[in-house]
Amino acid sequence: MTALARMSPERFFADRFDVTPAAMERLLGGSLAGRVDDADLYLEYRVNEELVLEENVVKKASRHVSQGAGVRAQADVRTGYAHTDDISLPNLEEAARQARAIADASSRSGVVAVAGRGRPHDLYTLPEPPIVTDLARKLDLLRKVDAAAREADPRVRQVIATLASEEVVMLIATASGWTVGDVRPLTRLSVTVIAEEGTRREIGAYGGGGRVPFDFFLEEQRWKRFAGEAARQAVLKLRAVDAPAATMTVVLGPGWPGILLHEAVGHGLEGDFNRKGVSAFAGRLGQKVASELVTVVDDGTMPNRRGSLNVDDEGTPTGRTVLIERGVLTGYMQDRLNARLMGMPPTGNGRRESYAHPPLPRMTNTFMLAGEDDPADILRSVRSGLYAVAFGGGQVDITSGKFVFSASEAYLIEDGRITAPVKGATLIGNGPDALTRVTRVGRDLALDEGIGTCGKDGQSVPVGVGLPTIRIDGMTVGGTQV
Amino acid sequence: MSGETARPDLLVDVLKRALARGATEADGFLVEEQSFSASVRLGQVDTVTHSREQRLSLRVFAGRSSAAASTSDLSRASLERVVDEATALARVTAEDPCAGLPDPATLAAEIPDLELWDDAPDLAPEDKIALARRAEAAALEADPRITNSEGAEAWDRRGHYVYATSHGFARGYATSSFGLSVSPVAAADGEMQRDSWYSAARRRAALEAPESIGRTAAARTVRRLGGRKVKTAEVPVIFDPDTAASLVRAIAGAASGPSLYRRASFLLDRLGTRIGSPLVTIVDDGRIPRALGSRPFDGEGLATGRTVLVDGGVLASYLLDSYSARKLGMASTHHAARDGSGVGVTTTNLVLQPGAASPEDLIRSVGRGLYVTELIGFGVNGVTGDYSRGAAGLWIEGGALAYPVQEVTVAGNLLEMLAAVEGVGNDLVLRDRTAAPTLLVGRMVVAGD
Repeated sequence: MTALARMSPERFFADRFDVTPAAMERLLGGSLAGRVDDADLYLEYRVNEELVLEENVVKKASRHVSQGAGVRAQADVRTGYAHTDDISLPNLEEAARQARAIADASSRSGVVAVAGRGRPHDLYTLPEPPIVTDLARKLDLLRKVDAAAREADPRVRQVIATLASEEVVMLIATASGWTVGDVRPLTRLSVTVIAEEGTRREIGAYGGGGRVPFDFFLEEQRWKRFAGEAARQAVLKLRAVDAPAATMTVVLGPGWPGILLHEAVGHGLEGDFNRKGVSAFAGRLGQKVASELVTVVDDGTMPNRRGSLNVDDEGTPTGRTVLIERGVLTGYMQDRLNARLMGMPPTGNGRRESYAHPPLPRMTNTFMLAGEDDPADILRSVRSGLYAVAFGGGQVDITSGKFVFSASEAYLIEDGRITAPVKGATLIGNGPDALTRVTRVGRDLALDEGIGTCGKDGQSVPVGVGLPTIRIDGMTVGGTQV
Repeated sequence: MSGETARPDLLVDVLKRALARGATEADGFLVEEQSFSASVRLGQVDTVTHSREQRLSLRVFAGRSSAAASTSDLSRASLERVVDEATALARVTAEDPCAGLPDPATLAAEIPDLELWDDAPDLAPEDKIALARRAEAAALEADPRITNSEGAEAWDRRGHYVYATSHGFARGYATSSFGLSVSPVAAADGEMQRDSWYSAARRRAALEAPESIGRTAAARTVRRLGGRKVKTAEVPVIFDPDTAASLVRAIAGAASGPSLYRRASFLLDRLGTRIGSPLVTIVDDGRIPRALGSRPFDGEGLATGRTVLVDGGVLASYLLDSYSARKLGMASTHHAARDGSGVGVTTTNLVLQPGAASPEDLIRSVGRGLYVTELIGFGVNGVTGDYSRGAAGLWIEGGALAYPVQEVTVAGNLLEMLAAVEGVGNDLVLRDRTAAPTLLVGRMVVAGD
């Protein structure tokens, strides 16, 4: 494949599909002008590559190309969306006709959208995008990961290592005359290990990546650390005891446990749920929703991060939105539609899985700012509790506020000391209440390694999370030990 | 779009080109899909989506090495590129003695008409929007405590699927599906709750009436108001049909070939042994007419059929595609799934067979326990069977549903839960691809206060 990143998105779509920014603007002006509050046309070209090693050899290799366009028209609260995977002007005109049908039915709101103008960031220009890196180097890395995981412990029985690379070229034109494009590299190395001892069998998983070049995995021997962590976790769980079933003090380690924020407050602070009044946080701006120790930020502008974007999928440059400041609810994450309807500025959080989906307000990188405590002191402060350092997925019911996230590596805390590892258990809490119980915040803020994917309304997008070590007094731990 | 299958020639040409480029054998599929969705909220149109998609996926073998590629661009230049990329990738993957297509002689000979296509004329978008409006209106009118809504959605999808191999198999079928769902929000005393209900079917006429969907959604939502935590306890747990279906899916996942040959399953080495109570029988049947999970052949062209997965508590079969079958020294059970990256395993219509007891009988029989209506989170470990998920539902006291419960977890181990099944309801409805009646598990840990 040619290095797409060396070519501007405008030039790419003009050369390949004969669709120029001028033609896009004509289409928006001609079919949609005057009848709608807002409209846009989104073009996307995506290449994915996946290499999978299992049973010591690279067994699966695949490469996928997808391309398409989505046309959106909005009038008042209504959205018309049409998409096609055949990018050509006649098709786009047909899609525009379908999309604007929603606008003809009744009147406009009269509130015209403000485009998210501003300079796009430059967060991930790479010397060599991961999608173009030589296959031989990628295959060699997977073999080294396999060997490292097996060397880590004789109980390692299976190793599955996956290297996924992607490049997305997007171009968006909005009715207000703003055209902007982006070229987005993304890569991830994931390692899954099955360890066995006697009749016990366990699984461990680790990985990382971002909008980074392939060499990222070689720096600081990250590949080796990922392999070692997956093996260590699987082997550790072989001797895990049943997790407690109780409401207790929980200490979360730094990094990926930030999934707590994503579920407990993140989704509930997305603009659409609040505009509709169906979020447990609706109408609570300015109110205290967390302990004074807690400041939570969503930041799409962090260089090379998995959740970062130069512009969101509506063309708005991403930003840094303070969601909770010293315990007080200060902001929502907005796309253009919900910002317009709520009379708030767009925050660069309008994201979509692909051209086949209309944008929604979504998170980027969501984390809690560091506090002042020594993490070791936080652990020492707990007489009896749970220390959780790695998690699988989580989920939230934004209306009732109830959320869960599942620990995959956790330990008992007894008299301020970490003792026995426990089996995986789901932790459950209430979003508007959970962060009021945060009593200690460490100075060790870390972001996750770059593996998170968030699902909403059937759309998946890459995201990041982060957390310092924190202590929460009174979370329900869903184990089996009564 | 008609019920005829389309463009097998395009796919056959691509396979020929792959052989010309040095592949020893190849297979592929072509999907063409058209879909529509309309959502309304509080009576107003919210989002209307039209889409048209197509994708050609190719898998090539170079001896015992293989690779896959796919594209949504069906131009000649793009298809040539796909073939070149797949054949080039196949040269870098390792030899795998188990790789390869199924024996051509075993492929489906007959393609039965499973009535998966709706011949009725399509409705105009306004009429589909009206269905969503009616369903939502019925929910909003059902109870004064229904004060808000996340909306109602009417959707439909029509697709054509063609599968072909370089050995000359090229067959296809067409499917349609329709759905209508409502998500009302109820409020009382400063508390909000939402729930939902839906209907999905191969034919529009088979959908539940919009008013009925709306009323059911409203009743499910209102009954959650006033939900509280309960004290941590080890008690009987009754799963309603939808949550019971999620347990059946977890069992099928552990019985699927890829989990087994990777040794990532709690059902490893348990074929032919007792894994649960005699009340548990699970059947996968790919040929139920008009059912959402039906298909005439699997992702490798092998005829679908009826597989008894669990028979009276005994693990009677695994779910295998031809690759995992060869890995395990067994025969394919014709459950191959296809996605762009290759072949996996999927179920068709997977059903926990009904028992004799009514749901009320089951609730009465436990005296005190938890009736689960919703599960959230990902706390199922397929390797060990360890199970811990967030739950909401109703507390059972004195053999009757007493009050709503929320913010609790239910935990156990799937093998222990299967062994502890003490009752299976008579209320099976094949509402979706996986279905179950009400299910009583004698003992689980409910964590709360």
